[in-house]
Amino acid sequence: MSNTTQAWQDIEPLLSVQQLSKFYAPGKGCGDVSFDLYPGEVLGIVGESGSGKSTLLNSLSARLAPDSGKVIYRSEQFGELDLYAGEESLRRQLMRSEWGIVHQHAADGLRMNVSAGANIGERLMAVGERHYGDIRARAEQWLQAVEIDASRIDDKPGQFSGGMQQRLQIARNLVTHPRLIFMDEPTGGLDVSVQARLLDLLRTLVAQLGLSVIIVTHDLAVARLLAHRLMVMRRGEVVESGLTDQVLDDPQHPYTQLLVSSILQN
Amino acid sequence: MIRRAILKAVAIPGYQVPFGGREMPLPHGWGTGGMQVTASVIGTEDRLKVIDQGADDTTNAISIRRFFARTTGVETTEKTADATLIQTRHRVPERPLENGQILIYQVPVPEPLRFIEARDSETRKMHALREYGAMQVKLYEDVARFGHIATSYDYPVMVNGRYMMTPSPIPKFDNPKLDRMPALQLFGAGFEKRIYAVPPYTEVKSLDFDDHPFEVQQWEGNCEICGSDHSFLDEVITDDAGSKMFVCSDTDYCRERLEAQSAVAEEVAL
Repeated sequence: MSNTTQAWQDIEPLLSVQQLSKFYAPGKGCGDVSFDLYPGEVLGIVGESGSGKSTLLNSLSARLAPDSGKVIYRSEQFGELDLYAGEESLRRQLMRSEWGIVHQHAADGLRMNVSAGANIGERLMAVGERHYGDIRARAEQWLQAVEIDASRIDDKPGQFSGGMQQRLQIARNLVTHPRLIFMDEPTGGLDVSVQARLLDLLRTLVAQLGLSVIIVTHDLAVARLLAHRLMVMRRGEVVESGLTDQVLDDPQHPYTQLLVSSILQN
Repeated sequence: MIRRAILKAVAIPGYQVPFGGREMPLPHGWGTGGMQVTASVIGTEDRLKVIDQGADDTTNAISIRRFFARTTGVETTEKTADATLIQTRHRVPERPLENGQILIYQVPVPEPLRFIEARDSETRKMHALREYGAMQVKLYEDVARFGHIATSYDYPVMVNGRYMMTPSPIPKFDNPKLDRMPALQLFGAGFEKRIYAVPPYTEVKSLDFDDHPFEVQQWEGNCEICGSDHSFLDEVITDDAGSKMFVCSDTDYCRERLEAQSAVAEEVAL
């Protein structure tokens, strides 16, 4: 066995999900989901509306307690954690330091009544930063990193376009250098050219920062562009999973075949 | 029951204790929270002083003072030094308070985090888990917009290094007086039905940034009645032509200084 293979096998997963289930009613929610997410990996969750994608994402990101199953996260600060066995304060602490959550609607993830700079600075202040000059400098840096002009730092998110709001939301999450980002339809509601730019930016940031990402989307094009691995969900169950190219080019499950054939091919 | 809430509040400095607010013979916003606290701690031996924006002679102060004089029969006073209980709206007396005195604040909005988080369930959780980063956002916005921390009243403080508290809308000029004050401070919010407290000699620290430290207001002139250069001044319009003067907002303090000055003047004349 070569050294690289050995090293690869030694890497522990960042997130281990074991038989996670959350049902609101029979057939509504998600059931019996298990997978491992490794550092630097992008996992796409695809499926039709109501297939349980968002429920799964909420359960994974410590915002919705599951009915059964476990989510184990290997934290930098706290070591190995069973998310729902621990204190809520711990989960909330993770959420504003090692994790990022990008919502479909920017208004859910941003504070619309304070400036862009304050939106980015909030997480820094939440983890104890108390130097105004530093906070502002980092906010400017991050605005530029997501291709927003630094002169817009004192504008409120309401004055931004939809695409800019989405990028601001990403900057707000990345400022504390999280290791794991959860995204729920980050490109939903954006026009095609803006979508393309956002995806391009996301792909660059993910590669640069070595982020692990779990991205929920119903758009297979987004999944193909960003995700290394895919999970296909239907009626609350994972029907197929594997490498993105493999799943999209050689779908095995009838539902995946239907899903793949439903998009226009060129 | 209000006394029980007060005991709890004193035991957990800065923590907002909910209580069953009573029907009061005046509307919310007129000092019902402060009056309920005063009514529950007042005893026959007490001497009561009531101030409104520092003044003993405004309508609200006079009415509340007369109400307690009539219903409880306690002595009332305008002198800060003589009072055992002081109910106040929006000011802390200039004369340092002593151990044994009780200062009771009327509070309109007890929740410091309200502006950033509208949900009560969420603000309670933020207090419980000590998640106060969001409060700093307010100060950040001030500096970004005005170049300095422009919040001048109701300035947020940390009590005993644990709970964040709104010191009722006193000017931030008064914030340093709260820190390690020898007197007991009680806060009553009638509308939101919350009581909180700062026990004697408790640390009260105003929030700030490392590079924008906490500062109090300053005035260019002195009080035009007593000449004080270190008290909180009110701007008073004196006629229709726009004339104005700056005078001490604490009327008792101003009067005391004036009496002391005239006593000295008399001595010199003799």
